[in-house]
Amino acid sequence: MTSALYDVPGPRARARNRVFGLLATVGIVALIGFVGYRFWATGQFESTKWEWLLYKDLQLQLIAALGATLSAFVVAALLALVFGLLFAIARLSQRWWLRTPAFAIVEFCRAIPLVVMIFFLFYAAPQTGLTLGVFWSLVVSLTLYNGSVLAEVFRAGVVSVPRGQREAAYALGLRKGQVTRAVLLPQAVRAMLPTIVSQLVVLLKDTALGFLITYQELLYEARYLGGLAEFGRPIIPTALVIGAVYITLCTALSSLAGHLERRSRRSGRALPTPDVRLVTAAELAT
Amino acid sequence: MIGLLLDNRDLFITGFLHTILLFVLAGIGALVLGTLLAAMRVSPVPALQLLGTGYVTVFRNTPLTLVFFFFAFAYPRLELIDVSFFTRAVLALAMYTAAFVCEVVRSGINTVDVGQFEASRALGFTFTQTLTTVVVPQAIRSVVPPMTSVLNSLLKNTTIAAGFSVLEAGQITPALSERGAPLLIGMFWIAVGFGILVVPLTVTQRALEKRWSVAR
Repeated sequence: MTSALYDVPGPRARARNRVFGLLATVGIVALIGFVGYRFWATGQFESTKWEWLLYKDLQLQLIAALGATLSAFVVAALLALVFGLLFAIARLSQRWWLRTPAFAIVEFCRAIPLVVMIFFLFYAAPQTGLTLGVFWSLVVSLTLYNGSVLAEVFRAGVVSVPRGQREAAYALGLRKGQVTRAVLLPQAVRAMLPTIVSQLVVLLKDTALGFLITYQELLYEARYLGGLAEFGRPIIPTALVIGAVYITLCTALSSLAGHLERRSRRSGRALPTPDVRLVTAAELAT
Repeated sequence: MIGLLLDNRDLFITGFLHTILLFVLAGIGALVLGTLLAAMRVSPVPALQLLGTGYVTVFRNTPLTLVFFFFAFAYPRLELIDVSFFTRAVLALAMYTAAFVCEVVRSGINTVDVGQFEASRALGFTFTQTLTTVVVPQAIRSVVPPMTSVLNSLLKNTTIAAGFSVLEAGQITPALSERGAPLLIGMFWIAVGFGILVVPLTVTQRALEKRWSVAR
């Protein structure tokens, strides 16, 4: 679409673009080269700094750390989906004593920074006698925050279903609960599936915050491996490896979102267009 | 409750001042870098497009904590220019947020109808005229709401710096627990503080939206 920004280039513009392209390529290569040179000059490519990858014990530790990240992700994702669904329904309720507290809770959980919530559950909650431990402090915080965002996403999805759908369902004699369950939610979830998956990517990225309260996930493992003196404290190699792991996991999930979006677009049925503001708000966050 | 706030006002004041400073500096950095990246992504030069896309893909799929981790622990090993940790925290936040700013700006340009470009070109506008008098005024309207939420999450993300011991608002908690003060109340005040910081952002967004809401 952005192609409309520029005219179809003529011979002079093409030559100019080639020059720009060449300059840009040189610039990029120089940048990468400089970073590579710094890595090389400070000995990041020496074999001792990478040897830790060959040890079976350390490999197993790395896999355990990956498992810790993924288990926090899976548990928190499932809980957040349930939380989001329940609070979306509560916020759409006609009973004010359900709607108002649900609104307050969702807004509150979205407003406070996730780190503050995690610190609260981990450091402050034990003072009141509620000891959650590392795993549950992280998972509960992730659930509350992402669940609240998902509640808004579900709600926007339900609101965006064309009104005729609801009216037709009522005309057929369905009750309110049946209308929500059988007519509105399935369509809302379908319309919002890409947004829901991108919010799950955010959740996956946020599990890394567990590092701050010493949950033994991937970053914690990177810090540990990066401090091993016998491998020359390979903090840069470990950071690179862990970064690659995160990027792989997240792009796999994101491409699922892209796939779902394309599929729902291809199916030809007119889907309600979700609220742009909500979509971007959900994609962001941490 | 007020007592705790007053007794530890040194902590709260330095904490929130650093949060605001981090937010403002990283925000400016992210806006500038993000707009540059967006310009790269819509430019007709493939190499620049590739750089823009690559940057956005890498930073959108990396946890911010990992970016901080890199700047906190790995950056000093590269023996580049030695900068304070506060500067590195600003860099980490700005580089991470720039990827999201880039996406917002790019999708803002994309929301402008192709017919608008074509019409302005048919009227004989130059590229600069098209951009400044037709595209940007329209794009900016759809950019404001998502940009506010980007800045909003940037504000919340500054707390991650606490985990890497920059003295900002998130750092108040551990400091309070060292002083043996009741954390529950401390946390309450931190939440209130963030609430107060978010309000001006939301108010600005509402005002701009109201002023610029024009039926297309």
